[in-house]
Amino acid sequence: MTATDIRPTTDGLLTASKTPIKRSYGQYIRWLLLFLGGIAMVMPIAWMISTSLKWPHEVYNLKLIPDEPTIENYTYVLEDGRFYGWFLNSIVIAMVTTISNILFDSLVGYTLCKFKFPGRYIIFIAILSTLMIPTEMLVIPWYIMSQTFGWLDSYWGIMFPGLMTAFGTFLMKQFFETVPDDFLEAARIDGLNELQIWWTVAMPLVKPALAALAIFVFLGNWTAFIWPLIVTNSPEMYTVPVGLSSFGDEADVAWELIMTGAAISTIPTLIVFIVFQRFIIRGVVMAGLKG
Amino acid sequence: MTNKFKAFVLGSAISAATLAASTAQAVEIEYWQYFFDARVSAMEQLIENFEAANPDITVKMTHFPYADYRTKVAAAIPAGEGPDVVQLFYGWLNDYVDAELIQPLPSDVFAPDRIDAEFFPMVQAMKDGGHYWALPTAVRSLALFYNERLFEDAGIDGPPATLDELVEIAGKLTQHDGAGNITQVGITTGMNAQDHHWFREVLVRQFGGEPYADNYQTVNYNNDAGMAAAAFYTGLEQEHGVTAAGFMDEPQAAFKAGMAGMHIDGSFRIGSLNKIRGLRWGVAELPAASDGTQSNYSSYWVNAITSKAEGERYEASVKFMEYVTSDEAMQIWLDVVGELPAKPSVGMTEANANHEVYGPFIRGLAYANTTIFANESAQRQVLMDMVQRVGIEDQPLSEALAIAAEAEQDILDEYYAD
Amino acid sequence: MPFRNSLTIRQKHILWAWSFLALPVLFYVVIRFYPTGNAIVLSFQNWNLLSDRTWAGAENYIKLWNDEVFWKVFKNTFVYLLLGTPFSLVISFFIAFHLDRVRFMHGFIRMMYFLPFMTSAVAMAWVWRWFYQPVPVGIFNNILATFGIPQINFLNSTTNALPSVLAPAVWAGLGFQVIIFMAGLRAIPTSYYEAARIDGVSGFTILTQITIPLLKPTIIFITVFSSIGFLRIFDHVFNMTTNNPGGPLNATKPLVLMIYDTAFNGFDMGYAAAQTVVLFTVLLCVSLLQLYLLRDR
Repeated sequence: MTATDIRPTTDGLLTASKTPIKRSYGQYIRWLLLFLGGIAMVMPIAWMISTSLKWPHEVYNLKLIPDEPTIENYTYVLEDGRFYGWFLNSIVIAMVTTISNILFDSLVGYTLCKFKFPGRYIIFIAILSTLMIPTEMLVIPWYIMSQTFGWLDSYWGIMFPGLMTAFGTFLMKQFFETVPDDFLEAARIDGLNELQIWWTVAMPLVKPALAALAIFVFLGNWTAFIWPLIVTNSPEMYTVPVGLSSFGDEADVAWELIMTGAAISTIPTLIVFIVFQRFIIRGVVMAGLKG
Repeated sequence: MTNKFKAFVLGSAISAATLAASTAQAVEIEYWQYFFDARVSAMEQLIENFEAANPDITVKMTHFPYADYRTKVAAAIPAGEGPDVVQLFYGWLNDYVDAELIQPLPSDVFAPDRIDAEFFPMVQAMKDGGHYWALPTAVRSLALFYNERLFEDAGIDGPPATLDELVEIAGKLTQHDGAGNITQVGITTGMNAQDHHWFREVLVRQFGGEPYADNYQTVNYNNDAGMAAAAFYTGLEQEHGVTAAGFMDEPQAAFKAGMAGMHIDGSFRIGSLNKIRGLRWGVAELPAASDGTQSNYSSYWVNAITSKAEGERYEASVKFMEYVTSDEAMQIWLDVVGELPAKPSVGMTEANANHEVYGPFIRGLAYANTTIFANESAQRQVLMDMVQRVGIEDQPLSEALAIAAEAEQDILDEYYAD
Repeated sequence: MPFRNSLTIRQKHILWAWSFLALPVLFYVVIRFYPTGNAIVLSFQNWNLLSDRTWAGAENYIKLWNDEVFWKVFKNTFVYLLLGTPFSLVISFFIAFHLDRVRFMHGFIRMMYFLPFMTSAVAMAWVWRWFYQPVPVGIFNNILATFGIPQINFLNSTTNALPSVLAPAVWAGLGFQVIIFMAGLRAIPTSYYEAARIDGVSGFTILTQITIPLLKPTIIFITVFSSIGFLRIFDHVFNMTTNNPGGPLNATKPLVLMIYDTAFNGFDMGYAAAQTVVLFTVLLCVSLLQLYLLRDR
């Protein structure tokens, strides 16, 4: 039994008085519509996988099931010895940035939310404003910076712009708003210092947000293209998207390989999603805590 | 015995000294190009040959993915990260010369007269101020691809030799379904692909005009010749109905799927067409005008020596440039990469000029022109918009052409303003 | 320690706040603000990446004001916002709300909605382009034809192109918003619902009086963030219109695409920087406006 069974849904409570048949009828319709909606959402991905299983001459015949399915594309991509290096690079970078974001974005979000001090709103807007400059324009100054400090072609060079994000900060700030101040006060009275309060009291209460943040930061860094492309020189340092782009050149885009690459790339993000989404499900069952 | 022994010691000492001396003189130069399997293989072979012939020079090759290669190089060189020899697209030459990123090739080794004579004429676009700045190892040109099976099915003997035949044959190859939707095009069209080159350097000339004046600084197709060329091109869809813009998303997709009878494209398409099993295709030279005028468009990537190369590295770079523009190098490139040689001495050999696939492309080089673009993607967009104004917004062609010419002139004016 | 004791609680409070913020603020200043300042200065210069920078005064801005493509692009960007944000907000809330109440195969269904967000945008754009093709190739038109409805020219039309390009962007972003909404829904203490049950309140009232108000921080976040996202839209448009970027005839071109084109095709960095400053200003104003309108009263 998952936590969802324990959590009372409004439907279950309020329609208890209605006849059982009617209740489950509505439930079935809802489930069916959601399921069909899900299928519709996934259709393009089905086509992507289908294309990745096709020989080049079948790529444009647009059938969902290829006449001659093949895993040749997958073996081609995976047997390329460099692929595993790219994969490792991507994993390391995505993991480090995710952890960094979870720590720093929540710290900043918490501070901007729960501490009242002069300049608080300005800092929030200032951080938010960093979302308003497209990455494309930041790439050149970052490159010059990396070149000056010798960060080119290194893990640090690829990672540093993404260690903290306004997106994460904003998200965490909004979720910390839902944490009642009373808890924090109680902890202060108990003698905990601010850092302890943040870590032991506030953080556990926003787990769903942290899980969501982890998923998005991982995903964002996993799929990042422009900056890793510019800052890396040697093929050993490429991340997966950069490496996959080398399968095409100015004239020839091998779509079946791109689809294969896309399919393979989705797997780690899928794993991260499956692992972390449980925390979003469990949510916070706070029965009896709030007065 | 002692004399022999002494001689031996002396001899080995001398040879050891010379060995040490020559390794101490070993120069390393750096070469950058964009990554593509075949090109990297070919260059590795060339480097191997070069290093064998020049034991005191080593060449270190670095390559980057094609995506944003230009930005990558542009960001790296001013930051001091440059190579000694760099590969660039011919269209970037002006920018690189203005920014003093590359130096001219020395006139003693690369005498302009000799280069003029030895290379195909369109390479002269790399000459400025009396000397050559960069040279290609390989070039590309356009040709007419055609689907042999569709030709057979429609009972057509061979590819068209003239523009009129092109229209006629395309008509026979176009098919529709019951509801009138086009299911097979006689010829693909799409200004986003190579057609904008076909329009500029081929059609305009074939209808009696010259696309640009003043060394490509002034637009010259807003006149009768340009109008005739544009009318021919847009007429393919509007008048004859032998093509449809955006059919199968892009022209090469339609051809690869076997749903197009003919397709104009560059030699770089050969590799990917070879991968399509079951597609029987042939190549022919671009159709001539009714009066026999032929023209073609050629583009190329060139190698140049950067301003960073000095002293020994400069000398080594010159030797390297010499080798990669030699006949031997070009033949290797043709065999490994499938790109055409830049010199007639290699291109027009019996084997190459009559090659089933490469032949039509190579023969086209003899009369090809190279457009000097200020901003190729913007200038291409201008022609794409022109076709769409006629196709989607039903604007009269003369207006659309005028707008296009003006827009392109603006681009050129701004570029040459300083 | 005397010094410590002489600080009031309030001052200690502020000290803690600043010590938490010290490192992050430094980070943002170096990584984001400095390059942003750089870009603002660049908007008053001319630079093509290779040569030196030269001062150009307000030249770039005057050119922008007179550029009719810019005004079309400006309008496009706002259309993306005005169509995209409301639609995706409502649809994703609807999905999250109902998904929250489904138990059977809940995780699987949620994964189906999130999968598009995780998949390569380039790959998805290619597939969607094929969906939009005319009969006999494109799915959508084939469906229309079965019902006897005349075909629609999705991408090759100046009126339909923008919504057609927006659809995959909304589609991909749904998963993101659904997840955030679900996290928000799950953060609402169940005690509220229990109290409502005891009071015998109807489902609709619960929705409007309890759920949505308590979701306010989440709604604010999604509104502001997705607005910024739609005003900044680039990847999806670029991938959907690769053969004719921003086309046809600039019908789908958003501001960031114009910036990209100016910077990396035209190498006119100063002009691109000016466009960036405009985008930045617009984003700032819109976000501040939204935060103001949605604030707690």
